[in-house]
Amino acid sequence: MSWDDAVASSIVNEYKHLAGATLPILHALQENFGYVDKRAVPLIADALNMSKAEIFGAITFYHDFRHEPAGQTVVKLCRAEACQSMGCESLVAHLKEAHGVEINATTPDGRLTVETVYCLGNCALGPAALIDGELVGRVDQDLLDAVCKGQSHERMAG
Amino acid sequence: MSTSIKIYVPRDAAALSVGANRVATALANEAKKRGQAVEIIRNGSRGMLWLEPLLEVETAKGRVAFGPVTPKDVASLFEANFLAGGAHALNLGLTEEIPFFKNQERLTFARVGVIDPLSLDDYIVHGGFVGLKKAVTMTGSAIVQEVADSGLRGRGGAGFPTGIKWKTVLGAEADQKYIVCNADEGDSGTFADRMLMEGDPFTLIEGMAIAGVAVGATKGFIYLRSEYPHAYQTLLEAIRTARAARWLGPAIGGSNYAFDLEVRLGAGAYICGEETSLLESLEGKRAIVRAKPPLPALKGLFGKPTIVNNVMSLATIPWIMANGAKAYADFGMGRSRGTLPIQLAGNIKQGGLIEKAFGVSLREIIETYGGGTYSGRSFRAVQVGGPLGAYFPESLLDTPMDYEAMAANKGLLGHGGMVIFDDTVDLAQQARFAFEFCAKESCGKCTPCRIGATRGVETMDKVIAGDTSKLALIDDLCHLMTDASLCAMGGLTPVPVMSAMTHFPDDFNRAPKRMAAE
Repeated sequence: MSWDDAVASSIVNEYKHLAGATLPILHALQENFGYVDKRAVPLIADALNMSKAEIFGAITFYHDFRHEPAGQTVVKLCRAEACQSMGCESLVAHLKEAHGVEINATTPDGRLTVETVYCLGNCALGPAALIDGELVGRVDQDLLDAVCKGQSHERMAG
Repeated sequence: MSTSIKIYVPRDAAALSVGANRVATALANEAKKRGQAVEIIRNGSRGMLWLEPLLEVETAKGRVAFGPVTPKDVASLFEANFLAGGAHALNLGLTEEIPFFKNQERLTFARVGVIDPLSLDDYIVHGGFVGLKKAVTMTGSAIVQEVADSGLRGRGGAGFPTGIKWKTVLGAEADQKYIVCNADEGDSGTFADRMLMEGDPFTLIEGMAIAGVAVGATKGFIYLRSEYPHAYQTLLEAIRTARAARWLGPAIGGSNYAFDLEVRLGAGAYICGEETSLLESLEGKRAIVRAKPPLPALKGLFGKPTIVNNVMSLATIPWIMANGAKAYADFGMGRSRGTLPIQLAGNIKQGGLIEKAFGVSLREIIETYGGGTYSGRSFRAVQVGGPLGAYFPESLLDTPMDYEAMAANKGLLGHGGMVIFDDTVDLAQQARFAFEFCAKESCGKCTPCRIGATRGVETMDKVIAGDTSKLALIDDLCHLMTDASLCAMGGLTPVPVMSAMTHFPDDFNRAPKRMAAE
């Protein structure tokens, strides 16, 4: 759903009682809206009695929080050492060469976001990726081709 | 009407990543079609990850393994009467007789892959809560002494004696103390924490409760990385179940002790594996590393005395309490007592989780357990201990896995992860990546780390382009970062860089003509 201050405020109120509530609030906002809009900053700052600078700092410090909506499909591709040893960088090159898909960006049609992640804990079955929250091992060009074309692939179903 | 036969199909994320859910569905459908009553139990993984999805059938002789199974194999498994352990190309024999598994010393992971992770009954039948029941009858200082006597050292990487940390918190006076579990397992090549949280979460809950009883803490937090969505769901459900059965709450296990737990998600920052930045993050701030002192044991979460321990350390506590400090300390070598859950990963034929007493050599793990590279090419390097660990060549593979032996070779054991590379690896690129990773993940508080890492990337780019005169600069930069960084992030980034330069000099001495050719 698109950003809505009233909904955002109710989410902030739901979590503000927690000790150290900033991250739980930010996760809940991103879960609901797909990103954290800059309009969240004063809402959270007021609720937690923190400065706007502190909240802005937290949102921008952590890699997880997006500043704009993601594509319909989100691929988090692991590019840490274990997946490097299994050729994840050639997958990054393939995405660009075969499909014009840039990493750490959303395609212009808004269908696909590919993000770098450092380790998904699937290091014996690399290269690994999280595709819309589903962990996939032994990721190859064939699988990424299907994702880029918006096709389903049997290996994406857990 | 046939009797119901138990089939185990892992719910571990690694097993799911290669199709365990699809196999479980196919099994259920095929069994229904054939009118065969089966009970499908979703267990943790046995840790033989190249065999996943690995299903097991309970037979009179024990559990028989089949793997790696795809949905297409399911019909033929029934045809081969696999429910009686029948012959089939995927039949691996008794699970616990598979050499990879048989030759381990599983203490921390004793139940992982064996039980249904979310069944309290299963947990208790397999020895669960024996340690906690014993702990509530002991004084805090007696529990701390038991932990100290076991020789347990922090499994997160630094190897600090757990008993000393606990003693400091026990001795601190405060109205509130905390137990914080560091489940921000960010090192590439490591997945032991994830496997344990998904495969035996009650062990971690029990270990944290024992820590609470020991030092007088009533509240615990598990700081879990957001990259582990499956572990998150398992922990949430396990905590709900434990609370409903009063193993958490105002009177744990019917004792006079109160202890409760919350899971908090990180947000993709590697630095949160450093304990003080983890605490800042839990408090809702940017995860900027704190200067020490004060130690977190005295001024930790919200300024209160806090135990911050790794998942592995806390999950080992129940075993130590149940079996005694001496039984644990009887494993291991030198000052590294007990067992180490080793994670064999990267370009390896047989990757997975191997729990062994300290002292096993890198070679034995790679060759005997791992069976060589996945690609079939020659082995060239192993990075031990995550992104801040050393790259070792073939000539150092006889090094035993022990904190001191690794340090003597200018490496570290870290969280026990091993990433294997074949002969296509370019160690100069790996050294560059070490700086790049540090530049991306530095919290930014101290200059050597924040600026040094960026300068390191720039300088490595020149080296890679053929300007070998810059190697002296890299060497100098590494010394500065080692000596002057505030925490291990900047302080240990030189370890992979220097080890790559020392052991693989050919990759750095590039001919200048490469530069001319570009």
